[in-house]
Amino acid sequence: MAQIFPRSANALARGSIFLGLFLVLALGAAVFALARSGYVTRQGLILEQPVPFSHDHHVGQIGIDCRYCHTAVEKTAAAGIPPTATCMNCHNQLWTNAAILEPVRASFKDGTPLRWNKVNDLPDFVYFNHSIHVAKGVACVTCHGQVDKMPLMYQAESLQMNWCLDCHKDPVANLRPREEVTNVAWQPPADLPALQRDLAIRYNVKSKTSCSTCHR
Amino acid sequence: MSVADLPQSSHHAPPVLAPGHGPATITDKISSVVFGRMPLWFYVGMLIAFGGVMMLLGALTKLVFEGIGIWGNNQPVGWGFDIINFVWWIGIGHAGTLISAILLLLRQEWRTSINRFAEAMTLFAVACAVIYPLFHTGRPWLAAYWLLPYPNTMGMWPNFRSPLIWDVFAVSTYGSVSLLFWYIGLIPDLAALRDKAVKAWQQRVYGIFSLGWRNSARHWHNYESAYLLLAGLSTPLVLSVHSVVSFDFASGQIPGWHATIFPPYFVAGAVFAGFAMVLTLVIPLRRFFGLEDFITTRHLDNMGRVMLLTGLIVAYGYAMELFTAWYSGNLYEMYMVKNRLTGPYAAIYASLILCNVLAIQPLWFERFRRSVVALWIISMFVNFGMWFERFIIIPTSLHRDFLPGAWDMYTPTRWDFATFFGTIGLFLALMFLFVRVLPAIAMFEMKTLTPEAKIKEGAH
Repeated sequence: MAQIFPRSANALARGSIFLGLFLVLALGAAVFALARSGYVTRQGLILEQPVPFSHDHHVGQIGIDCRYCHTAVEKTAAAGIPPTATCMNCHNQLWTNAAILEPVRASFKDGTPLRWNKVNDLPDFVYFNHSIHVAKGVACVTCHGQVDKMPLMYQAESLQMNWCLDCHKDPVANLRPREEVTNVAWQPPADLPALQRDLAIRYNVKSKTSCSTCHR
Repeated sequence: MSVADLPQSSHHAPPVLAPGHGPATITDKISSVVFGRMPLWFYVGMLIAFGGVMMLLGALTKLVFEGIGIWGNNQPVGWGFDIINFVWWIGIGHAGTLISAILLLLRQEWRTSINRFAEAMTLFAVACAVIYPLFHTGRPWLAAYWLLPYPNTMGMWPNFRSPLIWDVFAVSTYGSVSLLFWYIGLIPDLAALRDKAVKAWQQRVYGIFSLGWRNSARHWHNYESAYLLLAGLSTPLVLSVHSVVSFDFASGQIPGWHATIFPPYFVAGAVFAGFAMVLTLVIPLRRFFGLEDFITTRHLDNMGRVMLLTGLIVAYGYAMELFTAWYSGNLYEMYMVKNRLTGPYAAIYASLILCNVLAIQPLWFERFRRSVVALWIISMFVNFGMWFERFIIIPTSLHRDFLPGAWDMYTPTRWDFATFFGTIGLFLALMFLFVRVLPAIAMFEMKTLTPEAKIKEGAH
């Protein structure tokens, strides 16, 4: 009886065992890595903006406080994007002819707000509230990164749920005094853990991992 | 030495293989089903079953687009047809595992001609069963993280204290071990089909799946070890899978669910339902393909006995449910029983007792156990009866629980029925395909039953 398969089929059969296993593992690893990469999370991605606003310049070099522009951060869920008028407080005096600021002046003249593109964008089914985080002593830079070193704004963290939960499970390690929340250059004291334990008691900070804490 | 001289369990018992068969006639007869032309009824049956598959696809598509609101379950009856049918299908699979694993370890040689078929039935029943938990989530593409524990970016894990996650493990283990067991058992026969095949593509397909089997002594040695190991792995599954399924109910606190008798009662019911389904399918199969020499009245008789035994255990379970309710003196337990016996679903409870307790009583008599017509009718009663049992356990326990203000009725919709009949169509279509392309009876194991093989010992 003639052979059905050529001799090379043996090598193919043995190889397919290894390859089958390897492909499954490799595919799993690829999906695992992709789901955590910036392609999916937009972490580190710089978005196109109407004006190339530099936090590096305004915060890092000039030293403007976060709340000068993001005025609502201590009171409401959204930190707030400043109106053009806030820009014009300074820029009616400074760089009044700079071409780069033309969209700001145009916006101020005809009253059309600048359309900034949202960098740190949480899904709509998450009820995130800035004011409670600030009130409990979680600093701006804890989630937004060192914005004072960002010439153009990007998302510093993954914003994935397990990243939220990392802190919600153990919030104490991310606390600092309320008055230092917007300080981008805060130097923690030597006895930081003791201070944080003390703050947790004073601010009544609790681990919050119930579904309805964020999904209501 | 003839077959008649062989030791049999009873003097009156018919043989497990009709006289006059040798290794060659067995292979010829069984492989002729695969390579021969199919009769007209096969295509008619396949067409009807395929229609069922299409109905299933339609019903599931509608479900995915519209949501589970198209089904009849709603508060207070949160579990309806989806769980009834899941439990029903999972139960049916149990005969396959029992026949392949436990009867193998107990050296019951009559299992030989029905094990392949029953294992296939197990696989297809599991395939039908998993459709329900997957689709009752409404969004089956998200079911991955609802059902399976894996490191996802949400940091979410299933609740390991819930029997529902134990269910996922029990059923997936059951499915994969059954598949392996079935496939390993098929390898020598696939090689026989490869050697029998005339067309080149058939030789190639059977050749690939027979994994280079050449009938060498070493192959047989490895095969026997692997098969016995898998039998050992499958044996606890016969008991564990339906025990875990019963925990879904028993760990709840609803009267009618919260009962310690549930695990053994469910396992017995599963084997009962499984043997009924084997009989329902095997009686027409042996008739239409002329396989009466291989699946003899001895097999039918034995399956009838298993059905009678497990049916009596199930009947004991029903009696104990009534007794426990009375003995507990608990208002809610007693009302649950009263509601089952006289409430709006009393007709279903009566049908359940008729099908599962009364209809099986003729099996005490050999005359009925050896009559294909009587056995087939009884097996159909049991198929219906076990479905009624799950209906009684699930909706009638839920629809009237502790607070009368929350009582409501459960009425399945046409989409419930379309899905249910659709899975029956899927099951039958898979069965038709199975008997068409694979040997429905283990040829090499049948050869151990021939007089020639009896000089030494059986394959296992």
